[in-house]
Amino acid sequence: MSEAAVEKALDQKMNTVPLKMIGKDVSVYYGEKRALFDVNLNIRENTVTALIGPSGCGKSTFLRTLNRMNDTIENCRVTGRITLDEDDIYDPSIDVVELRARVGMVFQKPNPFPKSIYENVSYGPRIHGLARSKADFDEVVETSLQKAGLWNEVKDRLQEPGTGLSGGQQQRLCIARAVAVSPEVILMDEPCSALDPIATAKVEELIHELRANFTIVIVTHSMQQAARVSQRTAMFHLGNLVEENDTDKMFTNPDDQRTQDYIMGRFG
Amino acid sequence: MTDLASPTVRVSTRPAETRRDIGIKRRYAAERRFRVYGISAITLGLLFLALLLSTVVSNGYTAFLQTTITLPIEFSEKVIDPKNERSTDAKQLMTANYPLLVRDALVKQLGLDATKRPQVKQATDMVSASARTQLRDMVVADPSIIGKTVPVTLLAEANIDSAFKGQIDLSVAETNRKVKDQQVAWMNQLADAGVLKKSFNTGIFSFGASSRPEAAGVGVALIGSLYMMLIVLVLSLPIGVAASIYLEEFAPKNRLTDLIEVNINNLAAVPSIVYGLLGLAVFINFAGMPRSAALVGGFVLTLMTLPTIIIATRAALKAVPPSIRSAALGLGASKMQTIFHHVLPLAMPGILTGTIIGLAHALGETAPLLLIGMVAFVVDFPGSPLEPSTALPVQIYMWANEAERAFVERTSGAIIILLIFLVFMNLGAILLRRRFERRW
Amino acid sequence: MLSEAGRFFSMVSPVEFFFGTVWDPRFAAAGSGDASGQFGLLPLLGGTLYIAFVAMLFAVPIGLFAAIYMAEYASPRLRSTAKPLLEVLAGIPTIVYGFFALVTVGPFLRDISTQLNGLLTGNYQNFIQAQSVLTAGIVMGIMLIPFVSSLSDDIITQVPRALRDGSLGLGATRSETVKKVILPAALPGIVGALLLTASRAVGETMIVVLAAGVAARMQLTPFEPMTTVTVKIVHQLTGDLEFTSPQTLVAFALGITLFVITLCLNIYALYIVRKYREQYE
Ligand SMILES: Nc1ncnc2c1ncn2[C@@H]1O[C@H](COP(=O)(O)OP(=O)(O)O)[C@@H](O)[C@H]1O
Ligand SMILES: [Mg+2]
Repeated sequence: MSEAAVEKALDQKMNTVPLKMIGKDVSVYYGEKRALFDVNLNIRENTVTALIGPSGCGKSTFLRTLNRMNDTIENCRVTGRITLDEDDIYDPSIDVVELRARVGMVFQKPNPFPKSIYENVSYGPRIHGLARSKADFDEVVETSLQKAGLWNEVKDRLQEPGTGLSGGQQQRLCIARAVAVSPEVILMDEPCSALDPIATAKVEELIHELRANFTIVIVTHSMQQAARVSQRTAMFHLGNLVEENDTDKMFTNPDDQRTQDYIMGRFG
Repeated sequence: MTDLASPTVRVSTRPAETRRDIGIKRRYAAERRFRVYGISAITLGLLFLALLLSTVVSNGYTAFLQTTITLPIEFSEKVIDPKNERSTDAKQLMTANYPLLVRDALVKQLGLDATKRPQVKQATDMVSASARTQLRDMVVADPSIIGKTVPVTLLAEANIDSAFKGQIDLSVAETNRKVKDQQVAWMNQLADAGVLKKSFNTGIFSFGASSRPEAAGVGVALIGSLYMMLIVLVLSLPIGVAASIYLEEFAPKNRLTDLIEVNINNLAAVPSIVYGLLGLAVFINFAGMPRSAALVGGFVLTLMTLPTIIIATRAALKAVPPSIRSAALGLGASKMQTIFHHVLPLAMPGILTGTIIGLAHALGETAPLLLIGMVAFVVDFPGSPLEPSTALPVQIYMWANEAERAFVERTSGAIIILLIFLVFMNLGAILLRRRFERRW
Repeated sequence: MLSEAGRFFSMVSPVEFFFGTVWDPRFAAAGSGDASGQFGLLPLLGGTLYIAFVAMLFAVPIGLFAAIYMAEYASPRLRSTAKPLLEVLAGIPTIVYGFFALVTVGPFLRDISTQLNGLLTGNYQNFIQAQSVLTAGIVMGIMLIPFVSSLSDDIITQVPRALRDGSLGLGATRSETVKKVILPAALPGIVGALLLTASRAVGETMIVVLAAGVAARMQLTPFEPMTTVTVKIVHQLTGDLEFTSPQTLVAFALGITLFVITLCLNIYALYIVRKYREQYE
């Protein structure tokens, strides 16, 4: 097969992956200031989608619209339509609490609660009533920590405070905490920006594994990271979505001149 | 971005296992309850504030009105100085039977029979006993008045005052109340004649202590408070600013200054009564200063206010941007010049705000003043801070301990006066802060 | 002050002062030599702590909930009006609170207890005295509300936003976030704030002078009068003073005791609050 044919076949394969979330004409305003301009971006199921672009271009803003974390920001307004499966998540009939149980979030800076490791992970299941007995909780804590690749490191000190872990461990604890709720989608906002290279590698590896069970959207400022972990990449610039494409294509042969400049500039 | 149009694109359907019961209803009910607790707490707090203020105002606003009786008093020589001794015996004018003048005028006004003793007594009871001193002072000030008939406005007795303000329940059996039916009838008669009427009560601002509510005022207490505030201002502002400048700009940052810092914070939280004890032990018992003097009160309140002022001043100094310091130093100013010419003027609004708030606290403080003997029955205006005096909050305390209805009114009135002072001081502080906070 | 207290302890033994259960200085003056137990601190300390406890019981829930609402829920507009208004309560001199207790709260509680008793038993007899632990406690509680609320507000708003977001991002409701994440995180600071408030309650004078009563006794019902250390300091030192009699000097011993108690509370509280601040700086 020719190279072009392979590419085409891959495209075909990609295009058959169902869309988990669909953003249509999404605009966001902070008071008078408009931060996003009619963004149309789809998130595919069991795929890692990376959002890249220069700082301040609206990546985090878009990410937060996906589980309505923007609701917690004073005078922030979202227009357009975002669906999760077939549900419009901004529909009044949709409950944010339920939505966030389905679309979890991991933040830029590790933010474990000042509680024990065990309590950090069991927090989500506890508030949502997903586990009842001690055995249930033990199990969910163990499997979540295993999924986050943290179990072997902390299984002997589950009762110690989560804030006592190293930065990378804390971030994986936060991922375990999100995983414990069994969400369908996990949003990650620059999850490695506060971590050293070794911890970063671990988290990236983890993201790879999580892809089997979760749909993942990750904001990153590192091109290499986007290239390593994601299958799809979306490039933002000044609040506009510039290009959305398969990661391989994006980094070899982007459609948009601006993407090219940005990627080349960064690679160079 | 044209995925949707593409026929191969599918939208995922919601997997059945994600339809979990996460107790939304129950959790939102808890959420609502929690909010209701919060709102109720704030409402309760504001309600208490409203209740407190409305109690004071509803009890006290009438204290600013006083019922007076204006009678044509005949300063008859027969009564005041029957033996014409006033040129030889100075005491004669002091000890004359002035109430008789009032009695005669009242008997005439009401058209009573002067021989019916009980009835006349009831009538003269309607006029405050302070009439004696009032008339005496008029005669002493101007003896030529003797022999003339002059209209004089006298204070009505406290119970008549209350009755005329409608505060006494007249449906109660006559024997169970202090105002008799006959007196009420006279009261109405005098009111109809325009002789008895309510007017603005200047006395509450100018009188001193008195066992008769109608003649009691906060005048003396105001002077005492004024002396003390001046002392506090004169002492605590320079000392506080000097101490803060030293601590903030010159003192080395070490364990000792750390300790001092902690101690200043602790001192600000020491109960005020302890400052009173300290003042009693040091200023009165050890240094032998007079009790009940505004000077000692001022010293005690200064001690109490200093930590507040130091804390505020240091915060203000800290808030001056370092760039200003570097700029001044860079131009060759000495450290002293930098501080006094550049830093201090910029910090001044903050310092003054803290000082005003400290003064406002000192103005309302009562407990330490009780201990240094300012709870005194002071009739005369203190000529200096060394003379016995009292203070506004202490006056309130003393009146609050009096049982009579009229004193409740006076107490509330005095509280209103105190609160008005505090409101103005705090408004001043707020305005000062507003006006200057935009500067950087 | 220390030397005055020292002179007192040369007349009355510290054991009798600190562990005596009877407060009756008058009889000690008349009595010959035997003054045992008559300068007992315990009934005063008991009253002080009891009233402070009632006041805290009243002020803490109200102040804390007000602070939580203001920090987590209130719109900026509500916050900017309600917060200063509540703080007005802190600017009102305590003598005014004392007067409020005397003319409003005390009689109100007395009358309502009369009605209640009448409705329940047919005997119209008040079971709450106008001057009582309850009256003083409630009024002091009102005074303390703004202390609790503004101190706790400061503490709560210092909890980093990241923790809030972490909890909300997992799908917790606001109240769950407050109860399970923010309050536990803020707990040390709040404890410090409450200790500072308690030290105010212990040292408060004018409210108890007017509302608590003068009877020095040990009892458990909050409906009867009890007296406090501060009330007795004022009582022993108003009127004619003789700096040689134990009746006067005892006030200094009481004052030192009060000073030490509040100082310990303050030092500990400020230490906790400082540690808390550093944690989140
Ligand atoms: N809470 C906020 N309030 C006001 N403006 C905001 C807020 N958050 C972000 N913005 C603005 O929105 C724009 C996009 O921000 P963000 O989404 O954080 O960018 P990115 O994550 O790509 O760096 C920026 O210009 C930023 O200043
Ligand atoms: Mg960002």
